Amino acid sequence: MTTATEPGYAELPRLISLMTGDDKHLAAAESTVDVLWVLYDRVLDITTENFREPGRDRFLLSKGHGPMAYYAVLTAKGFIDEAELATWSDPVSRLGHHPDRRRLPGVEISSGSLGHGLPIAFGTALGLRARGLTRPKVVTLVGDAELDEGSNHEAIVVAARAGLENLTTVVIDNQSSTRGWPDGIARRFAVEGWETRTVSGRDHDALYDAFTTAHPGRPLAVVAVVEPKG
Amino acid sequence: MLSMRETFLATTERILDADPDVAVVLADISAAQLAGAARRHPHRVINVGIREQLLVSTGAGLALAGLRPILHTFPSFLVERGFEQIKLDFSHQDVGGVLVSYGASYDMPTAGRTHQAPGDVALIDSLPGWAVHVPGHPAEARRLLLESIPGDGRVYLRLSAQENAEPHLGVGFTRLRSGRGGVVVAVGPVLDRVLRATAGQDVTVLYASTIRPFDAAGLRTAVLDAGTADVVLVEPYLAGTSAHWVAEALSDVPHRLKSLGVRRDTEIRTYGDIADHDLAHGLDAGSLALSVKDFLAT
Repeated sequence: MTTATEPGYAELPRLISLMTGDDKHLAAAESTVDVLWVLYDRVLDITTENFREPGRDRFLLSKGHGPMAYYAVLTAKGFIDEAELATWSDPVSRLGHHPDRRRLPGVEISSGSLGHGLPIAFGTALGLRARGLTRPKVVTLVGDAELDEGSNHEAIVVAARAGLENLTTVVIDNQSSTRGWPDGIARRFAVEGWETRTVSGRDHDALYDAFTTAHPGRPLAVVAVVEPKG
Repeated sequence: MLSMRETFLATTERILDADPDVAVVLADISAAQLAGAARRHPHRVINVGIREQLLVSTGAGLALAGLRPILHTFPSFLVERGFEQIKLDFSHQDVGGVLVSYGASYDMPTAGRTHQAPGDVALIDSLPGWAVHVPGHPAEARRLLLESIPGDGRVYLRLSAQENAEPHLGVGFTRLRSGRGGVVVAVGPVLDRVLRATAGQDVTVLYASTIRPFDAAGLRTAVLDAGTADVVLVEPYLAGTSAHWVAEALSDVPHRLKSLGVRRDTEIRTYGDIADHDLAHGLDAGSLALSVKDFLAT
């Protein structure tokens, strides 16, 4: 289960509250915070030293709204200076309500409009394969309501047919899709041929296992279930 | 002689063989013609099926991975259907690619409105920094494609079934005729009709196959040389798509402008041949002659 004593992780609520002004308890409830932490702390090879290298892992935040947890993790990992968080969304800041890759080194895509991250990640995973870079992982994070956008489903079908083992989609499931997903979100991926794993979006060890257990010849979908959107 | 489309596909196949950094993304259209290239380069010829949003986003993702993507399908599906993907996944991400359409405003004249895209250039024009090429001959199409591959710019190459008898490979506006009665600007495949329409008239005729960037200096010089600041702009897509650039180029010259092109006031619901559509939009040589004469005489 979640180990609140992990170095760095305990800092995240305070870093988030520097932006939101909310108390740290609310900050800890950010739906993406645990997934982002596990990815950057234990799964992905993305550092301030290698983030311009062709062989780095890629993380594409598709669900660009509510990026405070993302900025907090990037701060904990040295991409953003903590003092910058207080500038959040003001005219001189690099930190907007949707991230901008041209302004903030370490951010892989600019997002905000839903349904773009997974299709772009598909192209990047194909591109790395075409360049013979078989090691780097491409991970994209989407929300369960974001899956409403049909563009995702175009990518879900073709990524599986292409056998893109280097592609992972993590779906933060806070049950906020207006029409819902009968039989569960994982089924939407599984039927097309993805390896799927549904775990608690708060359980760091379960997330780590879900992200790192081998899935030969198939892309991976991790459904990270968190509390329903209030 | 090969058509523009055949020339594009043959040239693309050679580029794929020669340049390991180039990848092609298709949505079924032209996939059969590139089947041989796909067999030789299975990771760099990607057919996503009939999924045009994914077509565009895949190209952007390839560019993020360091490849130079060529994206190709009909313009209604390449530019209009996935326009937000062009705006965000290419422009906003600030990555490059070469978008190549075939079908123009009404190259499939019996197909109806679903396969007409007269607004494609206007849509691309709403985004900063794109190069827009509208070749009027297969040799121009080949040259413009080859010039688009190096670098990381954003390029829209608009191929058409309509073409002129001779290629003109100049950069910016090429002055094909000089006269004193005004300046007629022809873009891409309308050139031969413009030349017929203005035969015997004392007007300057400018030609361009690259309309963005717009050669404002070339137009201004031609207008000042003609001594008559009357401009007729003839474009093979929505009438007046480049009118704002003409106004900008002549901002310090009192001038008159007549914009000819695909009609904006109504949707033409007709079939027949391409020539029937030219007539309906006033883009046949006879209609152009009347429009030019009428405007320059007033």
